[in-house]
Amino acid sequence: MSENKKTVLELANITKSFGSVVANANVYLSLYKGEILSILGENGSGKTTLMNIISGIYYPDSGKIYINGEEVVISSPKDAFKYKIGMIHQHFKLVDVFSATENIVLGLNEGAVIDAKKAEKRVREISTAYGFEIDPKKKVYQMSVSEKQTVEIIKVLYRGADILILDEPTAVLTPQETKKLFRILRKMRDDGKSIIIITHKLHEVMELSDRVSVLCKGKYVGTVNTSETNENLLTEMMVGKKVHLDIKRAVPVNPVPRLTVKNLNCVNREGVKVLSDVSFTANSGEILGIAGIAGSGQRELLEAIAGLQRVSSGEILYNDPQAHKTENLRDKTPVQIRNLGVRLSFVPEDRLGMGLVGNMDIVDNMMLRSYGKGRSMFLQRKQPKNLAVDVVRNLDVVTPNINTPVRRLSGGNVQKVLVGREISSAPTVLMAAYPVRGLDINSSYTIYDLLNAQKENGVAVIFVGEDLDVLVELCDRILVIGSGHVTGVVDGRNTTKEEIGLLMTKGASHKTEGETLQ
Amino acid sequence: MSVKTSPAKQPLFHIVKRDAMPWWKSWLVRIAAVLVSLVVCGIISVILTKENPFKIYGMMFEGSFETERRRWMLIYRTAILLAIALAITPAFKMRFWNIGAEGQVLIGALAAGACMFKIGDSMNNASLIAIMAVSAIAAGMVWALLPAVCKAFWNTNETLFTLMMNYIAIQLIAYFSYVWKPKGTGQLGVINQNTQAGWLPDIAGNKYLLTVIVVAVLTVLMYVYMKYTKQWYEISVVGESENTARYVGINIKKVIIRTLAISGAIAGLVGFLIVSGADHTVTTDTAGGRGFTAIMVSWLAKFNPLYMVLTSFMLVFFERGAAEITTQIKSLNESFADIITGIIIFFIIGCEFFINYKIVFRGSGNKNA
Repeated sequence: MSENKKTVLELANITKSFGSVVANANVYLSLYKGEILSILGENGSGKTTLMNIISGIYYPDSGKIYINGEEVVISSPKDAFKYKIGMIHQHFKLVDVFSATENIVLGLNEGAVIDAKKAEKRVREISTAYGFEIDPKKKVYQMSVSEKQTVEIIKVLYRGADILILDEPTAVLTPQETKKLFRILRKMRDDGKSIIIITHKLHEVMELSDRVSVLCKGKYVGTVNTSETNENLLTEMMVGKKVHLDIKRAVPVNPVPRLTVKNLNCVNREGVKVLSDVSFTANSGEILGIAGIAGSGQRELLEAIAGLQRVSSGEILYNDPQAHKTENLRDKTPVQIRNLGVRLSFVPEDRLGMGLVGNMDIVDNMMLRSYGKGRSMFLQRKQPKNLAVDVVRNLDVVTPNINTPVRRLSGGNVQKVLVGREISSAPTVLMAAYPVRGLDINSSYTIYDLLNAQKENGVAVIFVGEDLDVLVELCDRILVIGSGHVTGVVDGRNTTKEEIGLLMTKGASHKTEGETLQ
Repeated sequence: MSVKTSPAKQPLFHIVKRDAMPWWKSWLVRIAAVLVSLVVCGIISVILTKENPFKIYGMMFEGSFETERRRWMLIYRTAILLAIALAITPAFKMRFWNIGAEGQVLIGALAAGACMFKIGDSMNNASLIAIMAVSAIAAGMVWALLPAVCKAFWNTNETLFTLMMNYIAIQLIAYFSYVWKPKGTGQLGVINQNTQAGWLPDIAGNKYLLTVIVVAVLTVLMYVYMKYTKQWYEISVVGESENTARYVGINIKKVIIRTLAISGAIAGLVGFLIVSGADHTVTTDTAGGRGFTAIMVSWLAKFNPLYMVLTSFMLVFFERGAAEITTQIKSLNESFADIITGIIIFFIIGCEFFINYKIVFRGSGNKNA
């Protein structure tokens, strides 16, 4: 059936690199008139980069773009508008104190005076045509997330877009709102609009789209008709072939429960539930991997354990190996946790924004965690200085000297300084969030070795990762979370990437079922 | 097939951030900037006054150094400016943009003046001075704590808040100096002219020496506080990244409030020193804009108290010199002093750009790339 459809957009051999990282390598894509195309891929597979190229935010290094069969150059969002392409970003770009209509006409070159009445009328027309519910006079700061998204979509339609790109539109919506959005998108498709939707929720792909294009690690894998595929086949395409990394993995020696999390629930600042009934145990002498799509609650989980995130219910129990007693870490501040004698180390995702202070030198960064020790009002710089020398020497940190501000170091060396400090306190629990993100191969292996050494010392290591190949080779057990739910715990030695990939995408559907029951 | 890669025409020059410059080189740049500014000032003075530029430089030195009184005035004014700079530095290090030092000094001065005026006759001088100092410190602290508490608990904008507190302080002084003024005069005038109650004693016959000693001690204390204490380390961490502060368990609210208490206390103390040590009266001009000039003193010195001694000295020296030119040359009014100080400050601040960045001209760019 696809043969007799008109191709409105075609990408051929698109390549885009950022420094040494290739975000898109020879990607091919085609979009028909009046269809919904899903772009599926893991984090970092290049979906958003590709969409940004289409909407004129990035310019490709090489490759061609065709609109209605003609080769075009899209070098700015203005060009994209000219070709009737509109993108709805994941993070809305609206002016809070303006009304819906004001936001919609903002930036349109229609003379100095905005005809509010005419604009409002047009907004109402678009709303009734597709079934949007919106008050054109409502201010953005009074709107719910879903209403803001509606404004973004109308904004694009108002400009006459025929090709709409939606970047993970359902990530911020409730199941009911998602259903409504899908209804509207189908209506637009039937009206002859072409829609690209970026997602990694498989059930939504199956439910909504006509065809699916899959990207994996920046490469184009293929396009299939939704009616001819299923979730398992798509997962296989998405996670790619197994890569052998040769990370060593010792058998855990005498593992005992060190950290037990029971029915943890957590709500973030916007009031959205980010963790639902999370329960798991981290054992001493093993690496527990945490797998999940970015933003599924990994950060909140680690921060809750570290005492940085408020918990609405549940327990975080720590079994003290020496004192043989159990402490509940819930609702304790980092200082209180430390004062209990719990040696909990945490390598956060945001290294220079949270784990370290960029403008301070290595010595001052070494004492971030320990400066408060003792009753004296004066700092003790001797120990941190020795520690800095040790870390630089033992971990081969490349730096002019120990008094260099850490922001001047390269990414890998920054991470070595951070991990070096965190393991120097002889932790009993070590949590690391994406510790190898952005690091080159050699630095990554240094970090794996350090984590393995901690494991062999009997530390309970919790490793949040995104590369499934690494998780499968490094971790003894892997906890999979999806949309804040635990969707499974698998044995690292007997699992496959496909199994984890499927569990990762399960959370969303699990949530939908759970909430429609209520 | 090939994408057009013709390089865009290079602009005439572009600006590149430098790696750290060795300290001696950066000081050479700063000294050069001062010299260049003096040359420019000389040229402008010659155009306006038709005088020999060296005579004009001579006047600048005369303004600060000619008599012993002037030398002491220079030292005293440097000390006061330095002390206010020390007051604002903890807040600025924490990225709490406290532009309310002016008001904090003024309210301290008002508190000290009120003690002098109201209870000046009822006790001996030592206790009176102690009470004045304590109330001035407390008043400055309150003036800084109000914005600090609101910032800590409700994340209000500290810049606007501290700025508005200045005007409240000014208006309060305007009100009280009207209420307290002796009958038949237009202004408050010197308080306790006859009894000298609440006046800081002269040391070795010098009215300013005690103030200078107090500020010198304060400078050393601040230096130690910044270099060696845990509190300063916490201030630095909060200033650099609140997330990191949270991560290591620093109580951010507590640090903000504590730091501003210190800031305000020092500013209040300066208000006391001005009133009790030299002015013996309170006017809306008691701080004289030095609450704002101090910001520049602190930044130019990169928050280092020892450098602040230099920067505050330099600013006061130029200000006094410019004032001297204005008084000696009859055809000029006081605006000329402002012009001269403005030019000098422009060069001093502008040279920081050349310390942090370099300009690469077209054609010479490749070897630096």
